[in-house]
Amino acid sequence: MMREGGGRRHLLLVSLVLALALAIVPLPTALAPYRPAWVPLVLIFWALMAPERVGLLTAFAMGLALDTLSGALLGQHALAMVTVVYLSIRFHLLIRVFPVWQLSTIVFLLLAIYEFALFWIDGVVGRSVPIIERWAPVVSGALVWPLVLGYLASVRHDTQTRI
Amino acid sequence: MNAVGGIAGTLGRRRVPLGLRFLLISIVSASLMLLDHREEHLSRIRQAFSILVYPIQVAVDLPFTGLRWAARVLSDQTALLEENARLKSERLDVNVRLQRLEALGAENNRLRAMLDSSARVSDRVLVVEILAVDLAPYRQRFTINRGLNDDVYVGQALLDASGVVGQIAHVDLFTSEAVLISDPDHALPVAVNRNGLRTIVVGTGDSSRLRLPYLTNSADIEPGDLLVSSGLGGVFPSGYPVGRVLEVHRQPGQPFAQVIAEPAAQLDRDREVLLVWTAEDAADGYGSTNAVETP
Repeated sequence: MMREGGGRRHLLLVSLVLALALAIVPLPTALAPYRPAWVPLVLIFWALMAPERVGLLTAFAMGLALDTLSGALLGQHALAMVTVVYLSIRFHLLIRVFPVWQLSTIVFLLLAIYEFALFWIDGVVGRSVPIIERWAPVVSGALVWPLVLGYLASVRHDTQTRI
Repeated sequence: MNAVGGIAGTLGRRRVPLGLRFLLISIVSASLMLLDHREEHLSRIRQAFSILVYPIQVAVDLPFTGLRWAARVLSDQTALLEENARLKSERLDVNVRLQRLEALGAENNRLRAMLDSSARVSDRVLVVEILAVDLAPYRQRFTINRGLNDDVYVGQALLDASGVVGQIAHVDLFTSEAVLISDPDHALPVAVNRNGLRTIVVGTGDSSRLRLPYLTNSADIEPGDLLVSSGLGGVFPSGYPVGRVLEVHRQPGQPFAQVIAEPAAQLDRDREVLLVWTAEDAADGYGSTNAVETP
């Protein structure tokens, strides 16, 4: 029992750190606007599959880390992240039984809310951002969601026997 | 590293209803943003966080540094010889120009002494490396590998071999964030090198274009004019090249001409940039010999 919990916690931390690293890995200039929002994707996965492990405080901490890494307003990504994770945890029983494509639609909506929160705060503060570069991550995020889901779920099955 | 999981484990239980916790954390985030927006209240907290995420930045940068190192080690001898020959001829060329420059500098100081204005003191520079770390793509910013430890300060100027690159926006302990002159939020006081006309260069968000929005239709500016920093903002040392004017559109009926310039520095290709510590004595601003008219 202890070992299972340890393995799961290990996987959780590794996936979160990996998501942060993926969020800042340099991409070719042409691809950079389409970088999926890895951190919310991974957090949504854990919030849906293991809401007792990933709470709002984890989301808050990850948001602050992303704020520091990207030089954004401190609390901007944190607020967006907490909102999305709150919705995921609140409705996880409802959402997680959906088939993959339906889940992708939900993730699309969640990412849209995430980006909208960022966009709205940018607007209040007075930073302008081109339209395509703001919304492209929502589409690319929903497209890579099945990969995130498949990969994390399969790794998770290796470390424990049941969902 | 277990801290995040630990916090989630202990505080994350359902003692407080989920909705209420969401509300509380949202209020904390919002007040953080409010404080951060009011400038510098949170620089200490930000620095603390930056130490926590520094390992991630280094880990992401590492493979790229490694690749460059490998490329250097594995480059063949003919390429090295070629490069060596090129560098030698370049050095000769630069040395010849430097001889003239030193004489001119001495003469300039003498003349300034006669005019009773303070002499120009040379600036201290340090070569810093840009971390291979992407920030938001639509913001013209990058991270460098020096911070508070090396006396970097907010507003400090960054140059490369061919011109002005940008300035420091945030300083953390080991890293700093810089804004490029092509950032839409960045403005830089310049002078036209040919006639000393002073104006302001604004970024466009495109690293190969700059805008000069505050020039009237009758302003004396032509494509090909060199723009140099005028030092009037007190941030950038004066006399460094900023860009070259590409296009001038004069529309009758519009109060201002549309002027587009191309940055002198290689904003999107640099790996190494120079941090400049401006000497305090040069603060009267008017530095270079013919960039601006002397007071």
